Amino acid sequence: MLQIHCPYCQGLRSEEEFAYGGEAHIRRPADPGALTDQAWGEYLHFRKNPRGLHRELWQHAAGCRRYFNVLRDTVSYEILKVYPIGEKP
Amino acid sequence: MRKYSLLTLFKHAREHHERWPRMWRSPAPKAAYEVVIVGGGGHGLATAYYLAKRHGVTSVAVVEKGWLGGGNTGRNTTIVRSNYLRDDAAHLYEFALKLWENLSRELNFNVMFSPRGVLSLGHSLQEMRDIERRVHANRLNGIDGEMLTAREVQAKVPLLNCSPEARYPVLGASWQPRGGVARHDAVAWGYARAADALGVDLLQHTEVRGIRIENGAAVGVETNRGFIGAGKVACAVAGHSGVLAAMAGLRLPIESRPLQALVSEPLKPCLDTVVMSNAVHCYISQSDKGDLVIGAGADSYNGYGQRGSLPVVEHALQAVCELFPAFSRVRMNRQWGGIVDVCPDACPIIGKTPVDGLYFNCGWGTGGFKATPGSGAVFADTLAHDRPHPLAAPFSLNRFHSGALIDEHGAAGVAH
Repeated sequence: MLQIHCPYCQGLRSEEEFAYGGEAHIRRPADPGALTDQAWGEYLHFRKNPRGLHRELWQHAAGCRRYFNVLRDTVSYEILKVYPIGEKP
Repeated sequence: MRKYSLLTLFKHAREHHERWPRMWRSPAPKAAYEVVIVGGGGHGLATAYYLAKRHGVTSVAVVEKGWLGGGNTGRNTTIVRSNYLRDDAAHLYEFALKLWENLSRELNFNVMFSPRGVLSLGHSLQEMRDIERRVHANRLNGIDGEMLTAREVQAKVPLLNCSPEARYPVLGASWQPRGGVARHDAVAWGYARAADALGVDLLQHTEVRGIRIENGAAVGVETNRGFIGAGKVACAVAGHSGVLAAMAGLRLPIESRPLQALVSEPLKPCLDTVVMSNAVHCYISQSDKGDLVIGAGADSYNGYGQRGSLPVVEHALQAVCELFPAFSRVRMNRQWGGIVDVCPDACPIIGKTPVDGLYFNCGWGTGGFKATPGSGAVFADTLAHDRPHPLAAPFSLNRFHSGALIDEHGAAGVAH
C-alpha cells in the first residue's frame, strides 16, 4: 500500500485517501475543433504507461481535495517526488 | 506428437510413469522466422497453434522471457463466459466459447473446461435492469442467458446469503449455463504441445530487448540470445504491451495495473458454479482441488509490480464474507497479482500498428483468459492474411482515433 505525502495537508496518508488522476502534464489542446481526429484521439486515450519513472496526478480526495503531482517508480512503487500543479522539476 | 489416450496412460503406468516424453522441444533460435510471436502465454501460444494448424504457417517462433504460461495465463481466476453486452464483443467472446467447448479434443490435452455456469448477481434495481438488458442482448446474439430471481439463485447456491437483511441484498442474477472454468496452465501447455508438434519453435527464457525497424517496417527482434529476424512481429504480452510498443516508438491507449487474486485452503465441495458480483465486487468459484478461487480488483494506479495493493484484497474479502458468511473463517493460502493491460473501453486491440509488419494483440485487461482460443484464432487469421479477421476488425487500434469505442465496462466484470 502506498503512503503518499500530501503537500497541502503536510503529512503521510494511506493511498485509500487519494484518487488517481493518471499521467500528469497532459495539456488540453487550446482549440480542440482545429485538431485532426488522430491528434484528438492521441490526447484523449494514448498514454506513456512506462515501466519505471512515471509523472502522475493524484488528488487527496478524502482530505483537502486538492490535486498535485507525484514522480513514482511503477516497478518499486517508490515515490521520489511530490510537487505542485504547474511545476515540472 | 505422441497422442495421449487411455492406452498410452496404461502403458506408462506399467513403467511407473517414468518415461513420458517431453511435451515440447527446447530448440535453439533460428536466424529468422516468417512470424515471431512475442509472449508465450495462452494468447501467444494459441496464435502460434492456429497459424500452423489453420493457415499452414509453420515458420513460427514464440519468444518468452520467462517460462510458458508464467504471466497472466497462470494468474487469472480461470472464468470462461461470453455474456458481453455489445454485438462486436459478444460475437468475439462467443466465438471463443465455442472453441473452448471442443478444445480438449482438438489439442488432445485435457484443459478441464467445466461449463458449470456463471452467475452475475444484481444488488440494486438499476443493476437488475442492466443485467436484464444484457441478458436480452445476449439472447438476440444467440448467446445463452436467463434471469434468475433471488429465490432461484438461493436454490442454485445454498451457501449464498440471499437474505433481504443483507447490507446489499441479492435481488436476482443473470445465469449463463455454458460458462464455467478451465484449467489455466493446461491451456498454455496444451497449445504449446500442439504447436510444437506442428513445427513451431518455443523459445523460453528469451527476452525481447528491442524491435529492429528498417524503412518503417519491423524486421525482427533483438533478444538476450541474439537477433531473430521476422517477416512479421506479433506481440501478445498483456501488461507489458506498452513497454514493447515503446521499443517500436509507439504509444498505446493502455495503462498497466496489477489485478489480484487469491486462493484459500482446500475445502470439501461446497460451490459448484461461478458467482460474480459487480456491486460488492468479487468473483468466486471452487477449483477441482477444493480451494476457493477469489478474484479481487485492479489497483487504481499504474504499476508493474506483480503484487498489488492490500486494500484491494481486503475489499474483495469483505465482499466474500458478506455474500458467503460460511467462508468467513476460511484461511487464504496465497495471493498474487498479474499485470493487466487496461483499455479505455475495456475491450482488446487486435491487429496492425502504424509500423509495417508489427502487430499487437493486447488490451484484454481484466478478462483475457476467457478469450484465449478465440483471440489466438482471429489473431492468427489476421497475421496470415495481413488484414483483420472480420471478428477482430472492430477492435483495431484505429477506433481510438475514429471514436468507435466498444464500451464493455459493465460486462467486463471488474471495476477499474
